Amino acid sequence: MPRSDLPQGTLDLLILKVATLGPIHGYAIAQRIQQISRDALQVQQGSLYPALHRLENKGLLAAEWKESETGREAKFYRLTAKGRRQLKSETEDWHRLSAAVGLILRLSDGESS
Amino acid sequence: MNWWQRLWRKREQEDRLDRELRFHLESRIADNIRAGMSEEEARRRARLEFGGIEGVKEECREARGTAWVDSTWQDIRFSLRLLRRTPAFTVAAVCTLALGIGANTAIFQLLDAVRLRNLPVPNPQQLARIQIRNGNGGFGITNDFYDLTYPLLEEVRRHQQAFAYVFGWRTYDDVRFGEGAKARHVKGLLVSGELFPALELRPAAGRLFNREDDRPGCTASGVVLSYPFWQSQFGGRTSAIGSKVMILDRPYEVVGVTPARFSGLEVGTKFDIAAPMCTAASASPEDFTRRDFFWVTVMGRLKPGVSLRRASDQLQAISPGILEATLPSGYSAKVLENYRKLRLEAVPAGNGISSLRDQYDTSLWLLLGITGLVLLIACANLGNLMLARASVRQREFAVRLALGASRGRLIRQSLAESLLLAAAGGALGLGLARALSQSIIWFLTTENDAPQLDLSTDWRMLAFTAAVATLACMIFGLAPALRSSQTEPGAAIKSGGRSLTEGREHFSVQRLLVVVQISVSLVLVVGALLFVGSFRNLMTLDPGFREKGILLAFFDTSRLKLPDAQAKSFERQLLEEVRSIPQVEAAATTTNILIDGGSWSLGVRAGSVEDVSKFTWVSPGHFKTLETPLLAGRDFSETDTATSPKVAIVNQTFVRRVFGGVNPIGRTFRTSPEPNYPATEYQIVGVIKDTRYYNLRDQPPPMSYAPADQFPAGSASAMYIRSSAPLAALSSAIQRRLTASHPELGMEFRVFQKQIEDTLMRERLMAALSGFFGALAVLLATIGLYGVIAYLVVRRRNEIGIRMALGASRAQVVGLIMKDAALLVAIGVAIGAVCSLALAQTAASLLFGLKTYDPLTFLAAALALAAVAGLGSYLPARRASRLDPMTALRYE
Repeated sequence: MPRSDLPQGTLDLLILKVATLGPIHGYAIAQRIQQISRDALQVQQGSLYPALHRLENKGLLAAEWKESETGREAKFYRLTAKGRRQLKSETEDWHRLSAAVGLILRLSDGESS
Repeated sequence: MNWWQRLWRKREQEDRLDRELRFHLESRIADNIRAGMSEEEARRRARLEFGGIEGVKEECREARGTAWVDSTWQDIRFSLRLLRRTPAFTVAAVCTLALGIGANTAIFQLLDAVRLRNLPVPNPQQLARIQIRNGNGGFGITNDFYDLTYPLLEEVRRHQQAFAYVFGWRTYDDVRFGEGAKARHVKGLLVSGELFPALELRPAAGRLFNREDDRPGCTASGVVLSYPFWQSQFGGRTSAIGSKVMILDRPYEVVGVTPARFSGLEVGTKFDIAAPMCTAASASPEDFTRRDFFWVTVMGRLKPGVSLRRASDQLQAISPGILEATLPSGYSAKVLENYRKLRLEAVPAGNGISSLRDQYDTSLWLLLGITGLVLLIACANLGNLMLARASVRQREFAVRLALGASRGRLIRQSLAESLLLAAAGGALGLGLARALSQSIIWFLTTENDAPQLDLSTDWRMLAFTAAVATLACMIFGLAPALRSSQTEPGAAIKSGGRSLTEGREHFSVQRLLVVVQISVSLVLVVGALLFVGSFRNLMTLDPGFREKGILLAFFDTSRLKLPDAQAKSFERQLLEEVRSIPQVEAAATTTNILIDGGSWSLGVRAGSVEDVSKFTWVSPGHFKTLETPLLAGRDFSETDTATSPKVAIVNQTFVRRVFGGVNPIGRTFRTSPEPNYPATEYQIVGVIKDTRYYNLRDQPPPMSYAPADQFPAGSASAMYIRSSAPLAALSSAIQRRLTASHPELGMEFRVFQKQIEDTLMRERLMAALSGFFGALAVLLATIGLYGVIAYLVVRRRNEIGIRMALGASRAQVVGLIMKDAALLVAIGVAIGAVCSLALAQTAASLLFGLKTYDPLTFLAAALALAAVAGLGSYLPARRASRLDPMTALRYE
């Protein structure tokens, strides 16, 4: 199956979405993104962390150190109220945008056929 | 967490980041192993998927928002290391900057203290001085041209509507405080009762005066002390309140102390005690009724919402009525006509009033300009040094660029270095400034007058220093920073990237800096020569009388309680006693000391000619004592008495102006009347050579002398005493002798020459400081030129080697280098001369006996600068000519 690179700026959106499931550490977020997208998205795992730190810095995510399922200490991220609002508005934006782009693409398909 | 918390907990942060990433990697490895990979393969795959760990870390740090702090800190540490590695450069740079910034800050500090600082009272912007527009021109008896008479003050208070308070005061320099042997002279203020309420001052102890304390004919005599006086005389004890003190031999009760920061309304002076005006009225009631005695300095506090402009307009509108109501008597109609033309105005006084300000304003602004130019030269020097450093480090910059450093980062690092130097120079300069401004104050302090200025460090001074340091940093740091970032990695890394002859454009910034230095130096040297020349002209000026070996004596006969009728005979007796002292060669009394700023004029009329002449009453022997040549006629003699015909001796200007230059001996003129000085007809018995009168600068005015015995208004108070003995010894001999015969006689001595030289304080200051800064500028510019030429020689080594190998003589090599230097100097001097011509105009009012375009001064400045610059470039040129061609050719 061919893999696509993540469009610019969508990584933040995906992270926020995954974080709605509850406190989750970075490795699990990476796994989850790959699983949900059925391996269709190529995320350089390292690039996840700067994004996590940036979102934490903006107050969209909150972090705490907890014991993980393997019994080791890990940094768990959870969505803040501000993050939830941000996710909502960004999701709407995304839908609007993709709908608009899809519409345009369908239209031009119609014309050419 | 704030970014600064993060900064402080950096280690912890780093540790957590490390653990977080390790957790990810190890989880991945564990999963990979579970999926059946070998441990080595699992590790390899995990890392591959993750990407560069250090890169991720750096990105995370940046995401946290503290990266700029980290990298700035790195830049600073790196710069510190670099600076430590070149201590000579660092010390030289910091010292140069400290000197430049310190000088600027010191002058600014003085300007701040004299001009910018507001009085330490609430809402100082509401304070305005109420004064006579353009001054009264010396009407009647005048302390200060802008002061008011007491009747005028009362009229203003009665009719004005713009001010919530109108108040006046007068400063007295020598008020006798205490009794008997412990008596001393203090500075006293005589104040309106409204003064303290208007200023809204809170007493440091006790209470301050109010309107009730200043009722006409008040009986209770209270005195308010200044805070420093309270501290020094009463140890700051509250028990001082209510205690009795003797002032001018009358008892006063201490009622309060002014706040610590308040030192009066006149910047540059202080006061020790203050008393309400009414209490002094019993001592000299005349002062309060005289309509021709201008002695009260008047201020007002504007009512809220009233603009200064409106207040001033109102004052002008009520002026005619007020003046008509206070018309002085005993004057001619023509003089009164002038009085009616006076107008009152209000000017801002939130920063107090100051004679220092009027006197030194132009000088201080000029000095600020001069120190600014010195700093500019210093910055150009540093800029050149930094450029040289930058080119040495070009390869390092190239490597860093090639390794991926951004150009911005390189500029930042280079600027960090400049900033460190500027900060260190600024800090050191601040300390230096305090010492420098103190020395200037000390320089301006004379026997009789010590400027009291608040030189504490305030925010304005700190802001100024910071601004100057930053500006300096921009000037000397920016060029090297840009240069370093323009490095072409490829070209610079190649070690052979140097051609045999050096490219020019690369070098032009340094040349430009040298030209700027030379031209600015020329401006400063021209300025210095103009000021030094003016000072010399004034010092060597022949004032028309003798200054050397003359002692001035001032007598206070108030405690002798002499009847008025005996005053004159006592004066004669004193003169005889002084003359009988063996060391005394000659002595004479006078009503006015020359060149002390004092002046007394009367209107004169001879036939149809009307003029104004200075008037002085002197004892016989006055002209002999001062060695002023008598050109015609005779000196006064013992036969010129109060009852004999009135006679006068006039100067050449008087003869020229009043008598058209013809011999006036035997002719008469008439004075116009003034209170105590009735109209009198004088016959001229002698003519003296012109002498300077109230200062050294102005041309002699028409002057008349009359015999002391014919003085209509009391007795003379001063004496000129000539002697070839040391004057200090002479004054104590006179004091011993006179105290023995008149124990109650007060006396004070001054040295005439010293007093005259003290009037040239401003000129002396300008000469000394501009001379010092001019020399400093030339030195800095020469060092700059030397540096650039030396650098040029190093860069052209190969070329010089080839030329010498091809047979160029040493002289030719020296010529080659010197030609380059000469061009720079010539351009610099030309630009400097043009700038000097323009800038010298601003100093015109401070010069004496020199035109602002004095050709000799310009020529001397250009030659001096060229000579020093020639030396600065000859040294490296000579070194170039001593090169061994072989070594030079091999040099890479």
